[in-house]
Amino acid sequence: MNLQINQHVMPKLNRRAFVIGTATAGAGLALGLDLPFGGPAVVRAADGAPEVNAWVVIRPDDTVVIRIARSEMGQGTLTGLAQLVAEELECDWSKVTTEYPTPGQSVARKRAWGDFSTGGSRGIRTSQDYVRKGGATARVMLIQAAANEWKVPAAECKVSNGVITHTASGKTTTYGKVAEAAAKLEPPADVKLKDPKDWTIAGKGLKRLDTVDKTTGKMIYGIDVKLPGMLNAAIKDCPVFGGKVKSFDEAKIANMKGVKKVVPVGDSAVAVVADTWWHAKTALDALPIVWDEGDNAKVSSETIAKWLAEGLDNAQPAYVGNQNGDAKAAIASGAKKVEAVYSYPYQNHATMEPMNATVLYTPDKCEVWCGTQNGEAAFAAALEASGLPAEKVDVHKLMLGGGFGRRGMTDYVRQAVAIAKQMPGTPVKLLWSREEDMQHGKYHPVTQCKLTGAFDADNNLVALHYRLSGQSILFSVRPEALQNGMDPAAFQGVAQSGEAAIGYSVPNLLVEHSMRNPHVPPGFWRGVNVNHNAIYMECFMDELALAAGQDPLEFRRKLMGKHPKHLAVLNAVAEKIGWGTPAPQGVYRGIAQVMGYGSYVAGAAEISVTDGSKIKVHRIVASTDPGYVVNPAQVERQIAGSFVYGLSALFYGGCTVKDGRIEQTNFDTYNSMRINEMPKVEAVMVPSGGFWGGVGEPTIGVAAPAVLNAYFAATGKRIRSFPLRNQNISFA
Amino acid sequence: MASLKINGKTINVDVEDDTPLLWAIRENVGLTGTKYGCGIAQCGACTVHVDGVAMRSCGVTVGEVAGKDITTIEGLAAGGVMHKVQLAWIASDVPQCGYCQSGMIMAVAALLKENPKPSDDDINDAITNICRCGTFQQVREAIHAAANA
Repeated sequence: MNLQINQHVMPKLNRRAFVIGTATAGAGLALGLDLPFGGPAVVRAADGAPEVNAWVVIRPDDTVVIRIARSEMGQGTLTGLAQLVAEELECDWSKVTTEYPTPGQSVARKRAWGDFSTGGSRGIRTSQDYVRKGGATARVMLIQAAANEWKVPAAECKVSNGVITHTASGKTTTYGKVAEAAAKLEPPADVKLKDPKDWTIAGKGLKRLDTVDKTTGKMIYGIDVKLPGMLNAAIKDCPVFGGKVKSFDEAKIANMKGVKKVVPVGDSAVAVVADTWWHAKTALDALPIVWDEGDNAKVSSETIAKWLAEGLDNAQPAYVGNQNGDAKAAIASGAKKVEAVYSYPYQNHATMEPMNATVLYTPDKCEVWCGTQNGEAAFAAALEASGLPAEKVDVHKLMLGGGFGRRGMTDYVRQAVAIAKQMPGTPVKLLWSREEDMQHGKYHPVTQCKLTGAFDADNNLVALHYRLSGQSILFSVRPEALQNGMDPAAFQGVAQSGEAAIGYSVPNLLVEHSMRNPHVPPGFWRGVNVNHNAIYMECFMDELALAAGQDPLEFRRKLMGKHPKHLAVLNAVAEKIGWGTPAPQGVYRGIAQVMGYGSYVAGAAEISVTDGSKIKVHRIVASTDPGYVVNPAQVERQIAGSFVYGLSALFYGGCTVKDGRIEQTNFDTYNSMRINEMPKVEAVMVPSGGFWGGVGEPTIGVAAPAVLNAYFAATGKRIRSFPLRNQNISFA
Repeated sequence: MASLKINGKTINVDVEDDTPLLWAIRENVGLTGTKYGCGIAQCGACTVHVDGVAMRSCGVTVGEVAGKDITTIEGLAAGGVMHKVQLAWIASDVPQCGYCQSGMIMAVAALLKENPKPSDDDINDAITNICRCGTFQQVREAIHAAANA
């Protein structure tokens, strides 16, 4: 089964967008063409510095500008990708800076920078090969340019820190001096990449390249964009998903301060455009809007839960995602049976920066400024919403105030273009209020799961039936990726093989999904389907171990003989947390493992519980084998951050539906962990090499089950429905 | 029209008295380092100093702070020298997405002014800003580093 699914909306670029050649691309783009006498064209950056190739621009002062197509949203990909290019380029890291090419430039240059989408923990793992080649190719060209100047064979020259030396004569030059000549050379057909064991820039915990501006307030996020004459828009979309605007009474707010225009946005939303956003929002709150809420207004969390529960019944149809032996027969004839039903709620991404985009539309040009996890998808959305051809559209990416999957979607870009199109020539910034952001998310999907295990008379697990019921993300977001109706991504973490494979061998196994798609729009939420699958499987593993009268770690180990990489990370956390040795008085341990995004991860927690309901997390240990580690300091931060995000959802999260709409409106009803609730995360990196896995998401899968299993160890109570606040369980 | 004293300068802004300070700072004064996160004084992304005390600028109005000394993240560095909290932040490479960090840094700077050597418990009590990326352990490390700088 192919689980290598691109989890973000692939841009729906039509053929027209791709057939523009470089010759027509110069006008209106930052990258122009300079045609010198003789030799290939030199492509120049906006400041005139020559491009050695698409990835590397070198300025005369030896500054190295590394182009990054993926989006930085805090995960460190900007720094990590630059490290990979710089490693092969052999440049001076202290002179490295980065820049984003625009999707419009990329399209005009036949996708010179490849995939822009930044999700599925793919930023580094799926572009490391070609960005490293970009660095290596540039290095070969720069050395060749120096050798040509000196009239010596390139093989007699070497480079270190951007300084090229001809060994025999002792002559030296720098990248900045030969870049112009290098840019005119034909690139080598093939280059050899370094063995990661020889890395000196990559593989090191170098400081991020974007830190200083994030400590001074100078970093510009989408929300901070300022354009001359810019107006601001606040928007309200029908609170019931699928509903429409029936009418609105703009006369009621026409005289309010700063109001310029009230505009419909599609058939479901209204926006107020004003001089400031505060004025726009104040007027919008006063605007009478009548909604046509439609039939979805009858839907509630209770009706959804009932519908999903029906899908747990074996008589209902289901897609089989992973199967060996005959689980149903083995369960029927087993000596002992264990069964449990779990459920996991909707979650909002709740990025700190609410959705926003700024658009300047004229009949000749549509320009968008926004934070996006997928520049090309934002570009495609702007193309479609503006109705303009590709050469008249572009997207300028800005720093994201959080992404977590939310900014891979383009709904806010479409809205912003639709508003700006009604005010041609005036730049308009659309900003969602936090309330709008909470109520119009692309939610972590809702699921339930019935797990049934059977043992033989000797307490060996002989069968496992894992029956999911609930929402498919791909059904809503990428229906073309369904396989004969089945959502292969629904089995992330419990699949037979691939990048999210199950770590256990059970003689009779059945993993299936009864797909039920409520009207609440789902999206890719950090960890995606690994989240609930890891909770269901890893909590149930503890339930099975208990039934078998075995230690949870030992029970797992017996099933993991054929999964050495899964086992290695599990063993690593077990050792580090001291599994098998006594915990401090009143402290209890839980453990979990999963594979996702090509990486193997495990987590262990030490907690204490007061009054059966107040949890203090004392220690978290987490291990990961992502194959290769490009920046250990950033991997460590992704691991710790995954626990904060995963445990926030477990304790405080959960979006509920009433009258067809989401009930939570802000951080007072959808809370997030604070510093007092979070212990230090002890990260154990065990990269085993030979493959490239992701790091931004997999660890979130083990965050909740490690704590839930520790909670059971402490209290004997098994929690199967979340968030914990609904069980009156909270942080101490 | 209101008169605001921000980062040592008096600035007249054309806003109603009931405008939240946050929006006057961002939209009328044009300083965008102070961030909007929730608008209900929950998340702390908009934290500024008012007469040296950390306040969530979305929860106070322009009228309430007229004449008071307001410091935003842009005014934290004095005389072109970064504040020790900013330096500690850079040394510990604290920010991930960075969006909450202006508010976090302002909250920490105010804490250290009042309590130059905070314990972990003091930090737990005083720093209540939300960070969805989960930078908390670097935040804690940097607070201690700044306190010892």
